[in-house]
Amino acid sequence: MAEKIRVLLAKPGLDGHDRGVRVIAAAFRDAGFEVIYTGLRQTPEMIVSAAIQEDVDAIGVSILSGAHMTLFPAIRKLLDERQADDIVLFGGGIIPDEDIAALEKRGVARLFTPGATTEETIAFVREAVSKRGKKEDIM
Amino acid sequence: MTVLDKLFKGELAALARIISYIENRDEGYRRLLSRLYPRSGKALKIGFTGPPGAGKSSLVNCVAKKLLADGKQVGIIAVDPTSPFTGGALLGDRVRMSDLPTDGSVYVRSMATRGSRGGLAAATGNVTVALDAFGFDYILIETVGVGQVELDIIDTCDTVVVILVPESGDAIQALKAGLMEIADIFAINKADRPGAKNIIAALQNMLEIKREQSEWKWPVIPTEAINNKNIDELLAGILAHVECTRKSGRFERHRREQIRKKIFNILESQLNALLHDRLVDVSDLEKIVSDIYSGKSDPYTASEELFKLAPMK
Repeated sequence: MAEKIRVLLAKPGLDGHDRGVRVIAAAFRDAGFEVIYTGLRQTPEMIVSAAIQEDVDAIGVSILSGAHMTLFPAIRKLLDERQADDIVLFGGGIIPDEDIAALEKRGVARLFTPGATTEETIAFVREAVSKRGKKEDIM
Repeated sequence: MTVLDKLFKGELAALARIISYIENRDEGYRRLLSRLYPRSGKALKIGFTGPPGAGKSSLVNCVAKKLLADGKQVGIIAVDPTSPFTGGALLGDRVRMSDLPTDGSVYVRSMATRGSRGGLAAATGNVTVALDAFGFDYILIETVGVGQVELDIIDTCDTVVVILVPESGDAIQALKAGLMEIADIFAINKADRPGAKNIIAALQNMLEIKREQSEWKWPVIPTEAINNKNIDELLAGILAHVECTRKSGRFERHRREQIRKKIFNILESQLNALLHDRLVDVSDLEKIVSDIYSGKSDPYTASEELFKLAPMK
């Protein structure tokens, strides 16, 4: 059976603007992904813990609050600490170009800003996830 | 060290990997389950079912927190539907569970139905085996929002809580076959809304005769998940049901029946595979279809002939 792509979508911090993340959730669902939506006001700890429990391929984080320089590195750090570094971390929001460059250097695979199409995000996830592949002995 | 070894050592990440493996029916998943089964059987499995929006996730969240406060380890499986059109799914039950601790005492897994129509995913039963073998005391299983006939939950659980709301209907709805028959406990959630008293009365009425003929008395519990109200009573009802069925022997009978069904399920799926390998693929199916379409044959005669041709042992 072909493996399903599982993506966790989350909104960290106090930012309550979830229209964007819900559009992405619907687009991913229609693309055939299994989307685990965790809702608003998530801490990095909650996001990483949920991602590991759900064994997702990717985490998509939506931030419109301006706290991206704090939250993305915090999530990245936790993923690395928990040996979940193979999970693809990406995001979207209102993020200045210089911050995007900085974050992409610090382990955020891709950041989408206003104007990005849902097709671009879907194509990105498919591509990024296909490169994943931790080989391990199950039994 | 293999992922399975890590699971047995208590690593949640390993459990999560194993569950994906089972869910995807990756190669060798049957052998994997053979390793997990002997370590399972200790956990109590409690099912929560009811119509969409009744508050299943919220109530599961409330019950889980009570169990955790009691020092129990809790595994949760929350099922949401897969789209029959795109194969995708939006799994949103975690939204109602975001205040659960992240300390490892509780594990939540969202599952998509992936084509199953009985309210659970085909792999949900197997996933409970993994959670059970991992060592959880309780496994709470939440179905998709159901109507009247998605009843797979009874084959997976020891106790079933049916969650209804004041708008769920009148005395006639309460009498209908299906969902109302599989409840061990009724929770009337959103009980602060108008109509709660009516539905509770209708259920009490319906249960009167059943109660006379059984040791189990089918509680009807008004709850308000959002206000955390009457959760103690709900949990007490669940535990009372487990105790009552253990005493009467129904607990064991029910589990034995589940094993019986499981064996037949596995056999059926093996036969199905055999059918597709040996029967359908080897014969000239399109010719038979044409014969039936043009009226020269019929599906019953054709099937019987195919069956005779089958090189089965």
